Amino acid sequence: MYQGIYEIIENIKIANDVYKMTLKGNTDAISRPGQFINIKLTGKYLRRPISIFDYDEKTITIIYKVVGSGTKQLSQMKSGKLDILTGLGNGYSISEGTKNVLVVGGGVGIPPLYNLSKKLLLSQKNVIAILGFNTKEDVFCEKEFSMLGVHTYVTTVDGSYGIKGFVTDALSGLDFDEFYTCGPEPMLKALYNATNVSGQFSFEERMGCGFGACMGCSCKTKYGNKRICKDGPILRKEEIIW
Amino acid sequence: MVNLGVELSGLKLDNPIIPASGTFGYGHDFAELYDINILGSFSFKGTTKYARFGNPTPRIAECESGMINSVGLQNPGVDSVISDELPLLKKYFNKKVIANVGGFSIDEYVYTCEKLDYEEQVGIIEVNISCPNVHGGGMSFGTNASDAAKVTESVKKVTTKPVYIKLSPNVTDITEIAKACESAGADGISLINTLLGMRINLNKKRPVIANKMGGFSGKAIFPIALRMVYQVYEAVSVPIMGMGGVSCAEDVIEMMLAGATAVQIGAANLIDPYVCRDIINNLPDTMKKYDIQSLNKIIGGAH
Repeated sequence: MYQGIYEIIENIKIANDVYKMTLKGNTDAISRPGQFINIKLTGKYLRRPISIFDYDEKTITIIYKVVGSGTKQLSQMKSGKLDILTGLGNGYSISEGTKNVLVVGGGVGIPPLYNLSKKLLLSQKNVIAILGFNTKEDVFCEKEFSMLGVHTYVTTVDGSYGIKGFVTDALSGLDFDEFYTCGPEPMLKALYNATNVSGQFSFEERMGCGFGACMGCSCKTKYGNKRICKDGPILRKEEIIW
Repeated sequence: MVNLGVELSGLKLDNPIIPASGTFGYGHDFAELYDINILGSFSFKGTTKYARFGNPTPRIAECESGMINSVGLQNPGVDSVISDELPLLKKYFNKKVIANVGGFSIDEYVYTCEKLDYEEQVGIIEVNISCPNVHGGGMSFGTNASDAAKVTESVKKVTTKPVYIKLSPNVTDITEIAKACESAGADGISLINTLLGMRINLNKKRPVIANKMGGFSGKAIFPIALRMVYQVYEAVSVPIMGMGGVSCAEDVIEMMLAGATAVQIGAANLIDPYVCRDIINNLPDTMKKYDIQSLNKIIGGAH
């Protein structure tokens, strides 16, 4: 974990209530895709945890949805500096011995899968993506995934764009020996039930600290209690108790 | 050269800064961030006889200048603390730790304290009779003077270590409980635990916290905590560990002027993981600013 001051380079709207922010600063503490950052906002007591979309030596990019007053405040910042904890959470681990992998994201669960897809491609894996949304106006990042060379399917619940239905409706005919996912819990559970290969799931919970101190976000797993913020947010399929 | 040293029932501390129970785990997560030997001590995660998962989630809620938690004493149980947590802690913490103990019956408090009495790393036992997040125990012992006295008396019989009783602010008159604990043999008083609070989610029209209510802590409660420390200082003669919303060196000095011998930092650790280190670093300059040479000499100075 690293605590630092990060400069806002860009903060733009990319879909309905969804924003993309690029921050400049130290990224040494980020070691894996699927990790998150925790942002301090003026006037808010608790920091706001947000997953990392992409990062390099000098910048971190996040994609977030306005869901409350904190994220609304964040969306209105066009420049300035933010106090952020970076490199939080365990992150996805790139498995060895698999070749064809699937990444499945729902809504703002999609962002962490972008840097993950890059890393999976670097590990010589074939990557397929399913990106799920409610409706056409919500769709983002389809092009970004395609540009990486990922075969990308988009689903919308109302059928206004791509395949009609849920992400699980896009599974038939796809050949994969492992999957990685992030999204709302009902989606994760549906995917859990619809697959028979191993997978890594990113979970969300209300957090106090984001680095393992307060036990606010604990969950039970087959291997004992885990803190979503520190022992997670990624849990393996085998350990999940629904 | 200013003097930061204080003494709690014979335990000499390099400075009065003690991370509060429930915000510092068993020290491991913070030892990854900085050398925790700079602390006066720290109060470890509330430990009970048996392992506990705690309450269902969500168990955290945002508030104006504070937060609500309803963790509910999640901990691995005293046996595991003794066999795993303390030996691990010993690798990077060479000072005495404060053992925070929770319970659901007098027998449970006694069992846990007796076990911890054998641990040389433990300098003080802090008995939590004020957790607002557990039913049938916890806070119920801390809201009744005779029950508080019974817990104190029973625990004192099984340990030679100094016993501090951690009090709840959710009472009509905290001095009455403090006096009862002192009469029953308490070596010191810790206060305050969190204030019972709640939030409601406007979209769902239901409580934010799964357990409905939880303990309110953070900057917002500092004036209440300070007032109670001030009152208890006048009511008892044993040392006080003051806590509640302390976030900076100035707050520490205010707490000590109100009557605290040592000062615990709670929720602030969760927002700023380096806050205790920063407070310790800032204390000398802050003392100079207010013409204070020795912290030990300002305890209760506002009375």
